[in-house]
Amino acid sequence: MAVTETLTMNMGPQHPSTHGVLRLVLDLDGETVVKAVPHIGYLHTGMEKTMENEPYQQAITITDRMDYLSGMNNNLAYCLAVEKLLDLEIPERGQAIRVLMSELQRIASHLLWIGAHAMDIGAMSVFLYSFREREMILNFFEEICGARLTPAYIRVGGVALDLPDGVEEKIAKSIAVLADRLDEYWTLLDENPIWRDRTVGVGYLKADDALRLGVTGPRLRAAGVPYDLRRVKPYCGYEKYDFVVPVGDSGDIFDSYRVRMEEMRQSLRIIEQVLITMPDGPCNADNPKVVLPPKERVFSDMEALIHHFILVTRGFPVPPGEAYAAIESPKGELGFYVASDGSEKPYRVRVRPPSFYNLSALPFISEGSMVSDVVAVIGSLDIVLGEIDR
Amino acid sequence: MADTEQGTVTPPTSHLQAELTKLRSAHPDAVLDVEEAPERDMFWITVRPRSIAAVAKTLRDDRALDYKLLSDVTCIDRPEREKRFNVIYNFYSVTHNKRLFVRVWVGEGDAVPTVSGLYASADWAEREVMDLFGVTFEGHPDPRKIVLPDDFEGHPLRKDFPLVGKRPVILFNNIKDIT
Amino acid sequence: MGVITTVDGKSVDTLGQQINQQGFLLARLDDLVNEIRANSIWPLTFGLACCAIEMMATGASRYDLARFGAEVFRASPRQADLMVVAGRVSRKMAPVLKQIYDQMPEPKWVIAMGACASCGGVFNNYAIVQGVDEVVPVDVYVPGCPPRPESLIYGILQLQKKIRKSGRILDERG
Repeated sequence: MAVTETLTMNMGPQHPSTHGVLRLVLDLDGETVVKAVPHIGYLHTGMEKTMENEPYQQAITITDRMDYLSGMNNNLAYCLAVEKLLDLEIPERGQAIRVLMSELQRIASHLLWIGAHAMDIGAMSVFLYSFREREMILNFFEEICGARLTPAYIRVGGVALDLPDGVEEKIAKSIAVLADRLDEYWTLLDENPIWRDRTVGVGYLKADDALRLGVTGPRLRAAGVPYDLRRVKPYCGYEKYDFVVPVGDSGDIFDSYRVRMEEMRQSLRIIEQVLITMPDGPCNADNPKVVLPPKERVFSDMEALIHHFILVTRGFPVPPGEAYAAIESPKGELGFYVASDGSEKPYRVRVRPPSFYNLSALPFISEGSMVSDVVAVIGSLDIVLGEIDR
Repeated sequence: MADTEQGTVTPPTSHLQAELTKLRSAHPDAVLDVEEAPERDMFWITVRPRSIAAVAKTLRDDRALDYKLLSDVTCIDRPEREKRFNVIYNFYSVTHNKRLFVRVWVGEGDAVPTVSGLYASADWAEREVMDLFGVTFEGHPDPRKIVLPDDFEGHPLRKDFPLVGKRPVILFNNIKDIT
Repeated sequence: MGVITTVDGKSVDTLGQQINQQGFLLARLDDLVNEIRANSIWPLTFGLACCAIEMMATGASRYDLARFGAEVFRASPRQADLMVVAGRVSRKMAPVLKQIYDQMPEPKWVIAMGACASCGGVFNNYAIVQGVDEVVPVDVYVPGCPPRPESLIYGILQLQKKIRKSGRILDERG
């Protein structure tokens, strides 16, 4: 009988299909993965430490660069945590704008996921299509806040500025287009025999294991656990909108693909409802100690000028205490644990990064499978290294 | 956090009633303190470091509690205290839709028993706390550095570590890591 | 080098003009090679952070980097001649970056895309290398956080300009 020995293979940190600077050390027996060890930290940026040294409002810019595919969601989670400490109430319109932004961002993030995931498996054309649609959404972000990827638009106390005139109609028009295009991807992939061969029955992750490994988001829902923070702990008035939390049953890659595709459709539904019910009124909380006054008043009103000056130069103090706020980001449960000591800067900011825990499930999922499936599994986990390493 | 006499702490609301009853009957001297902030939906239980694994087991396995997801493990450094590291476990129960934070206070050089045998998600999270704070987790199966380079000295998230670290950094002709 | 003259005393330039008028092209080999190099840059897929997404967008349908001949993103450093450092470089990544740069064949160029790669950006801390030029020589810095795809395209055009003016091929061999 022939003696086999395992081959150790290094994959990354510079590798086209590892979504950034992930490094995997694979022990292979033939083409079967015996052991997979992810090495992370190649993008460690010291963000948590940096945030301790920024005033609360300025630390938002750091959150953008964490999960750079969904900057709005990161802003939102951080702001919710700080607002919990400040005990701030955000007006209806501000809440609706936040929901609108985070759903648009969810679609943009999932579009990038489907493009990159399909390209990893070998379907190049989906990438070109999905980037075209993603640009549509990025255009809205640019019109609303001036940035494409790193918006820093959602601020403590509300949003940076109200929606510009006419953008709501444009969004309403484009979501009809997007719905069509989603069907197009569906036809490109869903019945595609190659796609099915590469995803159906590959990379199983059952509900118990997913919970044990801390996996959240679409991968957990694909295993049949309807854990969606928009539903179980609604924030920003998600309870007002009618949407379905899609769940799968088998927990393989194909299920997670279907869950994400359905999520995009549900996001379109939510956006539609937000646009119909968009309330009028202010979008920022009425608290001059936290929220910057409108520019017109700064030029005409002494008090507003003083508030503006203090907020810009020193920031606002936050009462001592600790708060945790979590939202359903496109990747899973994104939480911020903010501890304050009563000063203008956070004492400690801890991010609960969904990708970090999702990636830690990779050895469990891929051990025993073929080496080519590892790439498919990475794609289905939808990881962002910026968030994992911080 | 002063060691509170066992049995004297009762929560002002009944939110944690089930947890406290179960924990006290299973581990009589584990719970030290209870903090609540219902308006922020935050509930903390402080336990003794050496009983964290037992507490986690009860939280996970008791049907009435059912904290199946250990969402996060993190740490806060408060150097002014004698036991400066506050390790925080973030438990979540999917069935009851409840979130519970369990605190543990440890000093420099003290070890916390690992819970990675109970919750696989604690594996990487504890490694990160070890790496960035220097808190040791006793019995951890794989206590390597996780995010920092292997030759990095110090624990950057400690309050006494300067933000910019040691400059100048550079350079790099000695590449051992990549094989 | 003096003016090369032909047998009948005309300079090469005059001869070149005459030949060009006949429908032929006469040029210095250096210029031709530089022109070809400038218009067929093969970038390395060296995406690190946020900027990588904009780099992908640059290569994708709307911005279409293929218009400038630089769309062939290669995964192997052995096949690439441009390294677009797209994103922040951590201290753990820096040796890897250096090694990948060393693996690229000559001639090679580097674009530092974005604030983090150029100077550390907002992350002035223990973990981030304050500018990738501490590790590898940089030809073009593209500002922005992250730069728009148009900025990256402009950066590549600037690099093309630089390549066209670069030295003679014989000199490079040393």
